[in-house]
Amino acid sequence: MNDLQVRKIKSHLVVFSAWTAAFIFFFPIFWMVLTSFKTELQAIATPPLLVFEPTLENYTLINDRTDYFKYAFNSVITSFGGTLLAMLIAIPSAYAMAFSPGRYTKDILLWMLSTKMLPAVGVLLPIYLIAQQFGLLDTRVLLIIIYALINLPIVMMILFTYFKEIPKEILEASRMDGCTTFNEIVQVVIPLAWGGIASTALLSIVLLWNEAFWSIVLTSSDAGTLVALVASFSSPEGLFWAKVSAVSTLACAPIVVLGWLCQKQLVAGLTFGAVK
Amino acid sequence: MNKTIARLLQAPSIIFLALWMIVPLSMTLYFSTIRYHLLYPEREGFLGLGNYEFFWTDAAFWPAMLNTLILVGSVLVISVVLGLAIAILVDKPFKGRGICRILLISPFFIMPTVNALVWKNMLMNPIYGLFAVVATAFGAEPLDWLAHLPLLSIIMIVSWQWTPFALLIFMTSLQSQDTEQKEAATLDGAGFWSQFYHLTLPHLARPIAVVILIQMIFHLSIFAEIYVTTGGGPGFDSTNLAFLIFSQALLQFDVGVASAGGVIAIILANIVAFFLMRFVGKSLAV
Repeated sequence: MNDLQVRKIKSHLVVFSAWTAAFIFFFPIFWMVLTSFKTELQAIATPPLLVFEPTLENYTLINDRTDYFKYAFNSVITSFGGTLLAMLIAIPSAYAMAFSPGRYTKDILLWMLSTKMLPAVGVLLPIYLIAQQFGLLDTRVLLIIIYALINLPIVMMILFTYFKEIPKEILEASRMDGCTTFNEIVQVVIPLAWGGIASTALLSIVLLWNEAFWSIVLTSSDAGTLVALVASFSSPEGLFWAKVSAVSTLACAPIVVLGWLCQKQLVAGLTFGAVK
Repeated sequence: MNKTIARLLQAPSIIFLALWMIVPLSMTLYFSTIRYHLLYPEREGFLGLGNYEFFWTDAAFWPAMLNTLILVGSVLVISVVLGLAIAILVDKPFKGRGICRILLISPFFIMPTVNALVWKNMLMNPIYGLFAVVATAFGAEPLDWLAHLPLLSIIMIVSWQWTPFALLIFMTSLQSQDTEQKEAATLDGAGFWSQFYHLTLPHLARPIAVVILIQMIFHLSIFAEIYVTTGGGPGFDSTNLAFLIFSQALLQFDVGVASAGGVIAIILANIVAFFLMRFVGKSLAV
């Protein structure tokens, strides 16, 4: 065999290994989706069925069986609400930090990021007791507030880096035209950084949708999110794999797609901007 | 924009985050020094370090600490090594690489509770699970993974979710590697390993460090995966520090002891965070 053949075989091997890895990593997801189209009996058949007559029953009856829409609604409200609240607080702040940085701006940003590293279990009880005191346990309002606060540091950091890219001259020009600060944010900064703002919001929604500590601990039947709904299926009584798979597939699909779309922001957001 | 307006605009975010950090933190610190049990409100008074003593002389404490370290360590090694290997596999273009990458990173976007439940039910179930079916097909005794190897099972479940994270970060930073340098190295006859060692690894040093630190912080408080699969059991075999604190707090209602545990968790996370912030600080241009 000559060199060229060896290299060819090697590159085929690389591609083959890559696809094998992809198959292994994606398999549980594929299996979950497949199970969601089975009947409960087919779902636990041994040996497992690869070919079967698919049923849509798990999807068409999903709400009768699990109250799916209530939990989905809670997930949407809390993840979008938390994101919106975080953006409302963060946009003016990040704007001020980017265009009028002070001596301590960097330290403040780093301090903000460091609050992300406080383990949730460490502050679980105070939050639980405060929520109880205000009658906020198992309410969407509580989750929205907590979600806004846990994502605020990341949102601030990413918005800050996007705003820094806006040329200062544009802002100065608008100020010459007598723009107030509010107008400057709404009419100049937000339109110019629109792409960045949108992708930051997407990242925040992805993270909040999958948030699994506060939603399990602080909610039950009223404000429960999809994460909590799925967690409630962990009890051993009854094997409703097909039903659970349908719920899980619906709960994950939108976020997996969003995740594919905002990979870059995800990398920046999850590494606090240390990897771009 | 004058300085006053700038300060006013920054104030809400700073105040909210300060409250979010200082209020619960000082409450946790305070609770950890007093007798405070939700079921026995009549027991009260200052305890000093009594709760800490109770927490770390608890039969579950050292197993939980050990489990936490094993969990963090194993998931780190698995996800970084596998992530690195796969990132290199998918670095050179081939047909369908985009799809291949999407399949590879997908597990990271799955809800932790869904992830845990899929593994628990459909893969690891000793009767109907796929692992059991495969084992039986090869004539082996099917294994009740979560009952007999609870910690290993959780390591597998968490690694499945987090290897794609490491992979995603490494893939992204490999894209910015200088290809000319690599081509030159190839022309000079440098083999794969020497290129990997002298070019790729130095290029990835920083992302690797960041991935390790971030995963450490997340994995120190793994909760949902344990909550859904084993509930910390059997015994304390899969209880980690976060789950121990959770069960002291919301299953046994001992606020004082749970808070002492919380303080320990915070100290551990801060040791890691200290190093992470130095990396982040260097890359943050103001």
